[in-house]
Amino acid sequence: MTAHSANAPVLEARNVSKGFGRVLALKDVSLSVKAGEVNCLLGDNGAGKSTLIKMLSGVHRPDSGSLAMDGEPVTLSSPHDAQARGIATVFQDLAVLPLMSVSRNFFLGNEPTKGFGPFRHFDVATADRVARQRMKEIGIEVRETSQLVGTMSGGERQTLAIARAEYFGARVLILDEPTSALGVKQSAIVLRHILRARANGLAVIFITHNVQHALPVGDKFTILSHGRSAGEFRRGEVGLDQLLALMGGGAELTELATELEQLRAAGVAHEADAS
Amino acid sequence: MTVGATPSEAQRIRRVGLWRTFLTRPEFGSIVGALFIFLLFWALTGFTVGKGFMSWQGFAAYIEITAQVGILGATVSLLMIAGEFDLSVGSMIGAAGLILAMCVSTYGLPLWLSIIITFAFALAIGWLNGYLVVKTGLPSFIVTLGSLYMLRGAGLALTRILTNGLTIVSGVGTATANDPLAWLFNGTLFSIGGGDFKVELLWWILVVGLASWILLRTRFGNWIFAVGGSKDASRSMGVPVARVKILLFMATAACAAIFACIQVLSVGTADVLRGQQKEFEAIITAVIGGTLLTGGYGSALGSAFGAFVLGVTQLGIFFVPGFNSDWYAFVLGLLLLVAALLNNWILRRASGARS
Repeated sequence: MTAHSANAPVLEARNVSKGFGRVLALKDVSLSVKAGEVNCLLGDNGAGKSTLIKMLSGVHRPDSGSLAMDGEPVTLSSPHDAQARGIATVFQDLAVLPLMSVSRNFFLGNEPTKGFGPFRHFDVATADRVARQRMKEIGIEVRETSQLVGTMSGGERQTLAIARAEYFGARVLILDEPTSALGVKQSAIVLRHILRARANGLAVIFITHNVQHALPVGDKFTILSHGRSAGEFRRGEVGLDQLLALMGGGAELTELATELEQLRAAGVAHEADAS
Repeated sequence: MTVGATPSEAQRIRRVGLWRTFLTRPEFGSIVGALFIFLLFWALTGFTVGKGFMSWQGFAAYIEITAQVGILGATVSLLMIAGEFDLSVGSMIGAAGLILAMCVSTYGLPLWLSIIITFAFALAIGWLNGYLVVKTGLPSFIVTLGSLYMLRGAGLALTRILTNGLTIVSGVGTATANDPLAWLFNGTLFSIGGGDFKVELLWWILVVGLASWILLRTRFGNWIFAVGGSKDASRSMGVPVARVKILLFMATAACAAIFACIQVLSVGTADVLRGQQKEFEAIITAVIGGTLLTGGYGSALGSAFGAFVLGVTQLGIFFVPGFNSDWYAFVLGLLLLVAALLNNWILRRASGARS
């Protein structure tokens, strides 16, 4: 859009901290994403991922530190403000409303209107047409746009939320654990859409605790552990094991592997005794 | 459905016929219910035509009751779809009626000014209800239960002080006899076969029409569904949750004020105790109309059929030989239970057994 945005990250958090009561959810965390880049935000449960993205999407404000877009400091006063600046977020647990129809969900908060003054109204025909077409593009055939979203599978609901965010999210797409509740096939669809969004020049922040989902699509990996930054790496700099170790789960997994090894050894010994 | 071809994940959303669409509409139950109740009472009165239940006079009588409770039910439905209750509607009718009557007869203000003052008061209390619910996060059930009692109590106490010990303000009829504006609330639209159809029929159609249009054809309507479905999801999508709720509390209070104006100008007096139980009748109207108690789903049009069920029942019992209006409350409670069960079933069909 503007000349200076070519190299500056589209969206950036600079040393942000946030506390809730006596709990310090985030301490001195930085993260940035450029256009056409996927930054995977990795971390175990409770690492502060959700707090960070709620900050980036205007839900929370940082206690200290700052946010920047295109290198310029910004204050995101509300989710609406963030949306208006081109930040579209798909929240894990808040993706869609099951008792509302596909097209009503698709345009929630951004309803197209027709008419003027007191006769300005929700353009249902356009909403239905666009929702149907967009869902088709993303691989879901919606015949009846009045169908309640509650009738769709978990994967389909998540895809609807992503299609919606892509449609409205002009510049930054934030995806909060989009694959965590999905099966293998549905996850693959979501990952493919992440790559498509990147190819379209969007900046994508992909939050997950599944390293196997992050590795194939990420250009950059930001790791959070216990509310602090545990490092930032470029693609190819790290492998699966290192990422797991940095997320704080590595030690536990190694321990588990050792335990299983011992159990197996014991089992073999037991069998030997029996024969 | 499709034989031979392997259905892909996407094709599992089934094609929906018109009939099935109708079956899954929230107002489906209320339309069937209204038809059923009407035929039931006609049968109980021996299928007589021309007098009693099935006459123009009878029809005009239950349309009047229907219209009055229907005016409340439409906006109460919207509020319930948004996930909130307003229990103060009933005592708002009493309070707004008193204000109108006192302005007109005690202080001799012109009717137009008195109506403006009445609506301003109602809107202010509605705003306060909404503001308290939104800001404190307390359940609206509690907040409006508080305002139910406060309005009733203050109405009683202040009326006694201002009218030297009375709880009924009279003289409205004589003060407004020559005011053409009074027709808006106590006029007769038309008469057929000795049955007078009063102007509240028009108010009812207007309120239900407007509520339905707002709910189904405006952005605000989409937000009403969303706010009731999930407050947090709505907020994250940029829906102004507080504004939606506060405006709806103001709408229910305004409809209570319309109800009050109709009553006071039709009867000519205002009584502190007017409107008792109306808050529950409005909620029953909404539930019979297919609106979920838990929010996020429902219909304003359905409330019109719900109101019709209420009106027909209240007057129908009177016409059935061997019965009297003592049974009204019992039947109303029974209808509420049946409607709630039916809604549950419809909802399960509409959301395809998953929730």
